[in-house]
Amino acid sequence: MAGEASKAIDKTVLWGGGRSPFSVSYGKMMMWFFLVSDALTFTGLLVAYGFARHATTGAWPIGEEVFHSMPFLSGHFPLLYVALMTFILIISSVTMVLAVEAGHRLDDKGVIKWLGLTIVGGFFFLGSQAWEWSHFIHGTPGYIIAADQGKYYLTEEIPHGMTAADVEGFGLVANFGEDTEVEYSGQKAIDIYNTRVNHVSGANLTENEYGPPQYGGFFFFITGFHGFHVFSGVLINIIVFIGVLKGVYRRRGHYEMVEKTGLYWHFVDLVWVFVFTFFYLI
Amino acid sequence: MERDDLIVNDSYSLNATHDAEHGKAIRKKIYFVTILLTVITTVEVLLGIYIKQGTDLWPFVKWSFIVMTLVKAAYIVGVFMHLKDERKSLRYVILIPYLIFVLYLIFIGITESNAINDIWQSYGE
Repeated sequence: MAGEASKAIDKTVLWGGGRSPFSVSYGKMMMWFFLVSDALTFTGLLVAYGFARHATTGAWPIGEEVFHSMPFLSGHFPLLYVALMTFILIISSVTMVLAVEAGHRLDDKGVIKWLGLTIVGGFFFLGSQAWEWSHFIHGTPGYIIAADQGKYYLTEEIPHGMTAADVEGFGLVANFGEDTEVEYSGQKAIDIYNTRVNHVSGANLTENEYGPPQYGGFFFFITGFHGFHVFSGVLINIIVFIGVLKGVYRRRGHYEMVEKTGLYWHFVDLVWVFVFTFFYLI
Repeated sequence: MERDDLIVNDSYSLNATHDAEHGKAIRKKIYFVTILLTVITTVEVLLGIYIKQGTDLWPFVKWSFIVMTLVKAAYIVGVFMHLKDERKSLRYVILIPYLIFVLYLIFIGITESNAINDIWQSYGE
């Protein structure tokens, strides 16, 4: 906390070499070094994303047009779900910093309360991301590429194990240029559907309905890599939480372990701030 | 090897305790940053919803997103991760790699991809 690095250090707690670089403990400095390298990894991913984005202007999907759904609600809510996820992560970051602050007062109960809430927030974020992924993978009814190489959008979803003829009100919409939309329904639509070479719906590792294949790849890798960081952060928080419950850090006399896991947790929030801007907003 | 988690006196960063009064001031700062981060995120989402890409205003909105993101990042790193309270030397060790390498990486990545975009625009994919 404030001013903690400005005081002289007693010789008995110095590192093996007789010094304590930067006046921080070994563990804390190594956590910072790890975060520096991890941040460079995420930088690489986001710059690669920017590279693909700038190289394919026009064809690249826009965040608010892809992510506009909310669980349990139908309708158009551009970006709101992602904003909610961002908010959840910011709040869990706040509870973490409050846990660190309670640790500095050697307040066991405060640490347990705030660290517990941080873990709950982490699970909420992971659940949100699971929903986001499943929604992205499942997608909309999608489109087909017909034998004439035309692109037709489906008006109704064809459930698994059924054919177009089984779906009531099945129709196709073809886009010719900007303003001309031609709708097909009934038998005509089914006939065109049956000549399809490919039906793209949702997203997988080779293709997606939103844009170029790399778009799905970047989505899965960047949010997946971040989600894995959140997952491991929750695990580390739980391990430290158990330590707090068992009184390990009280006996040790300091709660620096909470501070170190806190550094990692804030870093995860920090990465999401950048992913939110560069993947969803811009 | 000497253990670094042993506490002998009150003067090391490991043992940076503070009293309830000091804690109150720190919590006040934390709540301030919380509100700030929430407000910035809300503004970002509203701008993202109401100003479409490709309009005349979009370039300004895009750059304001980048500035707001950097402000958020500065508060998270400075206040939540307490980098502002560390020694100056540690701050620079952590931040200077980004100033050197990341700015260059962004510059070269965007320049190259714009060149590729030009080629695709001129000669087809």
